[in-house]
Amino acid sequence: MSAIEFILSGMLAAAMPFLLAALGELVVERSGVLNLGVEGMMAFGAAIGFISVYLGAGHFAGFVLAALGGAALSLVFATLVLWLRANQVAAGLAIGILGLGLSALIGKPYESLTITGLKEISLPGLSSLPVIGGIFSQDIVVWLGLLATVSIWWVFRATRLGLLIRAVGENPHAALAIGTPVLVLRACAIAFGGAMAGIAGAYAATVYTPLWADGIIAGRGWIALALVVFGTWMTGRVFFGACLFGALSLAELTGQAVGWHLPSQLLASLPYLVTILILGVISSNRARMKMNAVASLGETFER
Amino acid sequence: MRARLIRRERASARAALFGILATLALSVVTSGVLFAALGAPPLRALHALLIDPFLSWGSFSEVLLKMAPLLMIAQGLAIGFRAKVFNIGAEGQLILGAIFASAIPIWFPTATGGWIWPLMMVLGALGGMLWAAIPAYWRSHLNASEILVTLMLSLVAAQLLNYLLLGPWKDPAGFNFPQSVMFQWDAMLPTLLPGTRVNISLLFALAATLAAWLYMQHSFGGYRLLVGGLAPRAASYAGFSENRAIWLSLLIGGAAAGLAGAAEVAGPLGQLQRSVSTGYGYSAIIVAYLGGLNPIGILFSSFLLAALFIGGDSAMVSAGLPVAAVRVVQGLLLVFYLGGVTFVRYRLVFGKGAEA
Repeated sequence: MSAIEFILSGMLAAAMPFLLAALGELVVERSGVLNLGVEGMMAFGAAIGFISVYLGAGHFAGFVLAALGGAALSLVFATLVLWLRANQVAAGLAIGILGLGLSALIGKPYESLTITGLKEISLPGLSSLPVIGGIFSQDIVVWLGLLATVSIWWVFRATRLGLLIRAVGENPHAALAIGTPVLVLRACAIAFGGAMAGIAGAYAATVYTPLWADGIIAGRGWIALALVVFGTWMTGRVFFGACLFGALSLAELTGQAVGWHLPSQLLASLPYLVTILILGVISSNRARMKMNAVASLGETFER
Repeated sequence: MRARLIRRERASARAALFGILATLALSVVTSGVLFAALGAPPLRALHALLIDPFLSWGSFSEVLLKMAPLLMIAQGLAIGFRAKVFNIGAEGQLILGAIFASAIPIWFPTATGGWIWPLMMVLGALGGMLWAAIPAYWRSHLNASEILVTLMLSLVAAQLLNYLLLGPWKDPAGFNFPQSVMFQWDAMLPTLLPGTRVNISLLFALAATLAAWLYMQHSFGGYRLLVGGLAPRAASYAGFSENRAIWLSLLIGGAAAGLAGAAEVAGPLGQLQRSVSTGYGYSAIIVAYLGGLNPIGILFSSFLLAALFIGGDSAMVSAGLPVAAVRVVQGLLLVFYLGGVTFVRYRLVFGKGAEA
């Protein structure tokens, strides 16, 4: 298998942890809240998902429980920032640290154990194409992840719910004036973001690399946060960003397989270095950032 | 019945004290319940976490040893946090400080002289500053979030450390362990308390505390930083530059973390190891917030978290709790603190008054 074929076939699966978490955070940020706890919520979801599958509950139950765990953790965050008006940066960091700690704590007895991942579902015909065929042979979560991307894009583009979320993010006072329950809507967005982060983590630990190790999320949650900025809060761009990072995170594996003579630590750093570079390039275009940025992002809402 | 938060005209000192006690109590109770749920005897675990560190001079001196880097880093971070510059990558800056400081004993393993450890400390601070200068540039010139850039750079720094310890800086006689040669005597910090591992890095941290207190409370520069964080627009009308605050905050934070990293390799470790990065940089964020971003408050919170670390080791042995329990208690402390602080700034009003 050539390096290109290898990357193409593995890219979507590698992109899923980034994509699912970033989609969740996209919804949260569109509602005007910055949740920096994504990494911790992913780790918590990963631990819950892994333990559930290991104990025999199956992947479906594992994903549901991970989503509930991520949502529960994010509701603690919601309580802090929405009702108790805590600083969103500090509260996000607190939830992140708590999630990482909880995952390590409950995951400890399962350290280095492995489980079986999910079978791939191939699209007949397309999956036997040369070079690009691998793209059409993916596990069910990838297919559902693509569906989620399109759904979220559609919700923001064409539904009243999407409009309300954006209104609450752009100008919560105006939204309240026309009768939108600002805090409830934001809490729902935060819970959705937490559930998506939980699922993203569970995917990483039960399908992508079906094993438990402390630190398995390895910064993916932070990259997901950066992806929302790269995507300038647009669903389609977040999707392409996630694919890019999926491909990048395969660099280390590809390097080993193809025999590049580069230190593996450099290849492992590549996603982080590219994040830093792209953040600089995208953010320096201030006009474009301003056009799409969420006006009340990170601000505490007080009536 | 409706409840509503009403902003206090001035923060209440009584509520602040009560808030801290409630934070501690709630964290202890919640942790106990959690430990019980995981099958660890909760009372024994809490005793190990909270009481054991104070039962012997040996373990208490270890608390002081742990306190030094936490205190130092948190003082640096708090200056930035007050100016709303969120450097959360102190861990990376600490690693770079440790690497820069280690260059001297690794490249000149037989050098002797009283200049060696002071030079290592200077290099360590420079290394941390250099690593923090990257997010400072990214934020001030490219408008990129310092939160994400500092965090990404920590992950890169960890890889850089791995690379050095597995490659060029690995001790050839070290049985293939990922660690450097042991440092010579003159590369080690002088001991502060005889018979313990406590070295003069504790003095550096206390000096940093004094400097931070003078800077924040009694100087125009500190006032400018604070105003820039509270009211950026007003600050810019007054001619205070936002970029200056960004550079200053990050460079101070980076220097403090770098110095802490240098003091770790020249202190308890005595060589460059992977374990130089054990999360001091992340814990210091909690220390800074729990201390109310106040230099004196941070003195107390760094002591509390240092004791918790030593208690964690003890809980691992006596109650079978994983070390991660410490991270959970830290997270809970911060969660409850952030919730509790609300009642210092606001009054909770029930019933009719709430409708106003």
